Amino acid sequence: MSFVTRGFSGRKREADPRLPPGQTLVQDWPVLSAGPTPRVDTDDWEFTIRDETGADHRWSWDELLALGVEDVTVDIHCVTHWSKLDMGWRGVSLDKVFENVESEHEYVMAHSYGGYTTNVPLEDLLDGRAWIATEAEGEPLDPEHGGPARLLVPHLYFWKSAKWVRGLTMMPDNDPGFWEQYGYHLYGDPWKEERYW
Amino acid sequence: MSAQDVAPLRRSRPRAAWHTGTVVETRRETPSAARIVLDVPTWPGSDAGSHLDVRLTAPDGYQASRSYSVATASPGGQVVLAVDELPDGEVSPFLVHDLRPGDQVELHGPLGAFFVWRPGESTRPVQLVAGGSGVVPLYAMAAAHGAAADATPFRLLYSARTPDDVFFADELAALAGPDLALDLVYTRGAPAGWPDPVGRLTREALAARTLPAEQRPRVYVCGSTGFVETVAVWLQELGHAAADIHTERFGGL
Repeated sequence: MSFVTRGFSGRKREADPRLPPGQTLVQDWPVLSAGPTPRVDTDDWEFTIRDETGADHRWSWDELLALGVEDVTVDIHCVTHWSKLDMGWRGVSLDKVFENVESEHEYVMAHSYGGYTTNVPLEDLLDGRAWIATEAEGEPLDPEHGGPARLLVPHLYFWKSAKWVRGLTMMPDNDPGFWEQYGYHLYGDPWKEERYW
Repeated sequence: MSAQDVAPLRRSRPRAAWHTGTVVETRRETPSAARIVLDVPTWPGSDAGSHLDVRLTAPDGYQASRSYSVATASPGGQVVLAVDELPDGEVSPFLVHDLRPGDQVELHGPLGAFFVWRPGESTRPVQLVAGGSGVVPLYAMAAAHGAAADATPFRLLYSARTPDDVFFADELAALAGPDLALDLVYTRGAPAGWPDPVGRLTREALAARTLPAEQRPRVYVCGSTGFVETVAVWLQELGHAAADIHTERFGGL
């Protein structure tokens, strides 16, 4: 149903093929979250994966980093129409985290300090496609951006990259997380503009 | 989990869809912002505090979309936005300066079912804290509260640069009274004889001019990232539970 808006020519004109439809390139880094920013010290931080048996696999901050950090350069895309390209991140691949976790379940609910949740298919976290990020652009993650650690799932809209991540729970079904219950898409592929349901 | 537990989420609410809005009126709201009144016959109504996406299309097919809070809306009727011009923006300068009555834009919404207030849903008091144009969704809540003659205590603390920068000044003045305690903080310039100091909101002023934590208010904070971060930290220090503090931010760090 699109129609031309009288008088609108657009000024920014990003022709970058890495920009999904409906996205605008930003230089700053907008902050979006539903409540106050949790402030979690790395000494108190812990990451847990709960499998279908109810067993918890736990990592302290140092144990997580000991799995091996890697540098990645990725583009990120927020459902509110902004994107950043070529962002430098450092974090631990979820492949490393899942090396010793056995699960038949195909879905994951990410949980955050502060109570946020978001659902992701397990396969979207593996094969080098997702990280627990601890640094961005050469600096430890600010609390406003999810520090000390956030999920980084750059191929999905950024609300899936849960800030202040504290753990994952294996799920048999693709139950909706926080924003998903409030009308955001269950999967969230930026290239298909899967913003809302 | 019983059906009752999930009722607030599953409650029937308008599903987001594309709509065509026709500009009825556009006028200066503040020195940097415009109020835009749109006729949207297909608008299904929206909860106070929700937002929508405005999509503009250039003749060559180039599109730009931005999210704006809805100031007021009625089902099948008018949707009112108040758009602050961002320096170097692409969409807001067009909306503020170039949009004329009769122009049409595409709207997608209503969006956001979290940062909302619905009459009759809770009797817990409500504290609104606005910084600058962040007042728009909070004004929507105050207006909905007034229109519904809802008995919930409402209080709005609004930080604005100067009296000229107050959004919906006349409407807020009309709402202020027993149903809405209105506290204005001026950061740059106040009217003659203004009793309070001019300057940024302080923790002391926040404590003195908001509902105390003991009343367990639901708190909605909207403004720039810096404003919201500062206020949310103070609110927690003043005893408000994180889960009671709803935030909406604009801008980066």
